[in-house]
Parts: sequence; structure tokens; C-alpha cells
Amino acid sequence: MKPAPFIRHVPKTLDEAVRILGAVAAEEGRVLAGGQSLVPIMAFRLAKPAHLVDINEIAELGRMSNDGKMLRIGALVRHAAFHKPVVDNPLGHLLAAVARAIAHYPIRLRGTFCGSLAHADPSAEWCLVAATLDATLVAHSTRGARTIAARDFFQGIMTTALAEDELLAEVRLPLLAPDTRFGFNKFSRRAGDFAMSAALAVYRLQDGKMTDVHLGVGGAEPSPRRIPEAEAVLAGQAPGDTVFRAAAEAAAQAVEAMEDHQTSADYRRDLVRAVVRRALEQSA
Amino acid sequence: MSEKTAITLHINGRDYAIAVEPRRTLADAIREDCGQTGTHLGCEHGACGACTVLVDGEPVRACLMFAVQADGKSIRTVEGLADGDTLHPLQQAFMEHHGLQCGFCTPGFLMLAVGVLEREPDISDDDLLDVLSSNLCRCTGYQNIVKAVRAAAQQMRGNRPAR
Repeated sequence: MKPAPFIRHVPKTLDEAVRILGAVAAEEGRVLAGGQSLVPIMAFRLAKPAHLVDINEIAELGRMSNDGKMLRIGALVRHAAFHKPVVDNPLGHLLAAVARAIAHYPIRLRGTFCGSLAHADPSAEWCLVAATLDATLVAHSTRGARTIAARDFFQGIMTTALAEDELLAEVRLPLLAPDTRFGFNKFSRRAGDFAMSAALAVYRLQDGKMTDVHLGVGGAEPSPRRIPEAEAVLAGQAPGDTVFRAAAEAAAQAVEAMEDHQTSADYRRDLVRAVVRRALEQSA
Repeated sequence: MSEKTAITLHINGRDYAIAVEPRRTLADAIREDCGQTGTHLGCEHGACGACTVLVDGEPVRACLMFAVQADGKSIRTVEGLADGDTLHPLQQAFMEHHGLQCGFCTPGFLMLAVGVLEREPDISDDDLLDVLSSNLCRCTGYQNIVKAVRAAAQQMRGNRPAR
């Protein structure tokens, strides 16, 4: 239960971090942010990075800002920063509702939003948020910066579009219209545990009808994603039990549920049906 | 072996100048290099919370932080809670409400609760329950820990100097 030896690098700026990462990436170099996922994996020796680029002393990465259209979240913004709404917009309330479901309080004080996305655990709450809200991710390397759409970013279990020398420096989430409603539901066996399924429903309520519907499911497939079949059921309809159940059924049918030694695909599909319906009920 | 780095850990107001490999966890450094064995190690992968200490006032899992990352930071462990023979209100409450049996998880629960109550003195009962779900106890069934922390929270609020 002790991590393998590594060399630690402590850059003070993003440029310096990217330069170091570029130099050590090929020799099992990894970025260390909050460490709440990486360090346990290192303790089990499932990961044995030879170099860690510790970004905790890069002040510029701790910033969060909004320009009236987008919330920009820097690579060192911790989960706990979202305990209270960070912006006077439905997005702030959505993030606060989801943040409470992430692991436990001490973990939330250290773990970071961007780190969770870069780690890309299928059940991660922030990955579900990024996929559902069509987040834009900004990756930096010595070759420059590039933006990646959330739908292209998640490529499977703990697999992302990031190249090994790229650092996820920022995530951009769109601010939501004032008439936005949302609901979030997660199923896990113990408080703070990994989601066996989770759903996030976000839509605008205009003239009593649901429009601009985003319905995301996490924890069920190798990556979280929006479920267009369920969104189509909801779009243009008034919120209500019948349509919520129909959308939940559509989502359950649409997912290719993962199987593991504790959870059959059928059971996980049932969970998807339940979490989607509960998320929608909470939104109404 | 990788090279050792010289660092200083400020634990409970005392400086410990030590040399550690980067891979040395804060928990191991506190126990092995600084000799402060009140902090316990259970799972060593962030699941149990037994090793919870305060770093710059924040409760963190000391097994998920490297000692080199705590260089120069202010660390508080269970050894720093009592004032001489006078127990901290939380320690007293754990005793009075039977919040421990074997005691292995107790230092972690105490530091978790102290950290949270100092940061958020007016935390609601529901939120407190959520916070206490962070750590594992295999003896008590948790009810007496919850009772103890709620009682101490009330007492600490009562002791707050008037603004």
C-alpha cells in the first residue's frame, strides 16, 4: 500500500507545467492535482508514474470566472468550491446540488473538477455534468492550446481525448437560461460511494413545455453521455409523470449497460430507469 | 529509492525538520518521521478516514497527500486537541456519549469533526450527518458518534465569544 518511487516536479506557472509534462510524458509522467483518485491508484500500484507534475502551486489554475456566457473552471478548483452556488444562475445551483453527492467532505476539499474529468471514471458526477451540458475542455501542451467538446473527450473507462503530454487546464460550462429546471439523481449502495447509475436532467420550461432538453446518464456505460432517445420523448411536452416514465423507459432501452461482478446489465438498466425518473421528478 | 527532500512539518505548533522521499505520504511522515502516532492508518487508500488530520485548517486524508506537499503548512493532529489535562470539548463529548469502543477510528473522527465545526460552526444536523459519513467505524454503529459531535457542536457554539 505504498506508492512506487517517483520524481516530483513543482512548476509555478502553467507554461512551466506544460514544458515539464512535455519532457516527462513519455517516461510515465502524470499530472498530480488533488490526488484523490490518482494517489489511491498509486497506493495499489495500479499506476506507477515515474514523474509527477504537481500543479498545486500554480495560482493561476485556481481561478474560476464567468463572462456572462460561460463559467470557466481552472484546473485547481476543488469540488468544495461548489458547495454554495458559485454564480447567480441556475448553473450555480445545479453544480451545488451535484457537488454534495461527490465522495466525502475531506475528499471534496482536495479533489478538483478538472482532475475528475481527466481521470474519466464512468461514474464520476462531474463527467456526467460535462457531458450533459456540452462542456468545452481546454487542453494545453507545448504544441499550444486546443478545445475539445465533451462528447469527443470521453472515450471509454478512464480514457479521454487528452494526449499524454496534454494538461486539462480549464473547463467551460455554459450559463443556463433563467427558466432552466434541473434534477439530479444518483444511486450507490453507500453514502459517498461511486454511482452505479446517475442521471442529470436539464431543460427550459417555456409556456409550460420542456424545451432545450439535455438528459445525461452516467455510471451505466463506459462514458457518460446525453441520451437523445429520452430527450426526444420530453421535448415539447409538459412535465408530468407519464412523460417522465416514458423518457426513463427510453433511456433504459438506449443504454448499453455495463456488467461487473456485482451488477448485471439488466440490473443496471433498471437503475437507469429509476435514476432518470427520479431526476425528472426532482426537476418538476 | 528516489532522492530525499528536506522539508519542515509544523505539527501542533512544533517544527519537525525531516527528509523524505516524494512518495512518502503525509500520514507515514507524521507517524514514522515525526513520531506522532496518534494519527492512525486504516486502509491507506482514502476509504476509511482514520488518518484524517487538519492541514491549514482543512480536514484531509493524510494517506492521499504526500508529505512534501505539506512542507511549511500548519498541521494539527489528535495530539494537539487537549490542553494539558483538559480535554477538547469533542474528546469530552466522545467520552460522555460513548462515541468510541476500540478507539482506532477515533483520532480521524475527532479531527474531521473539529475541522468541520471550526470551519462551519452553524452547520445543520443533516449536513453534519453527511460529513460524518466520511469516516468508517466498525464498533459503534455511528449513533453515539453522531450524538457526541452534535453535543460538542452545541457546546462549541455556546462558547463562542460574543461578536
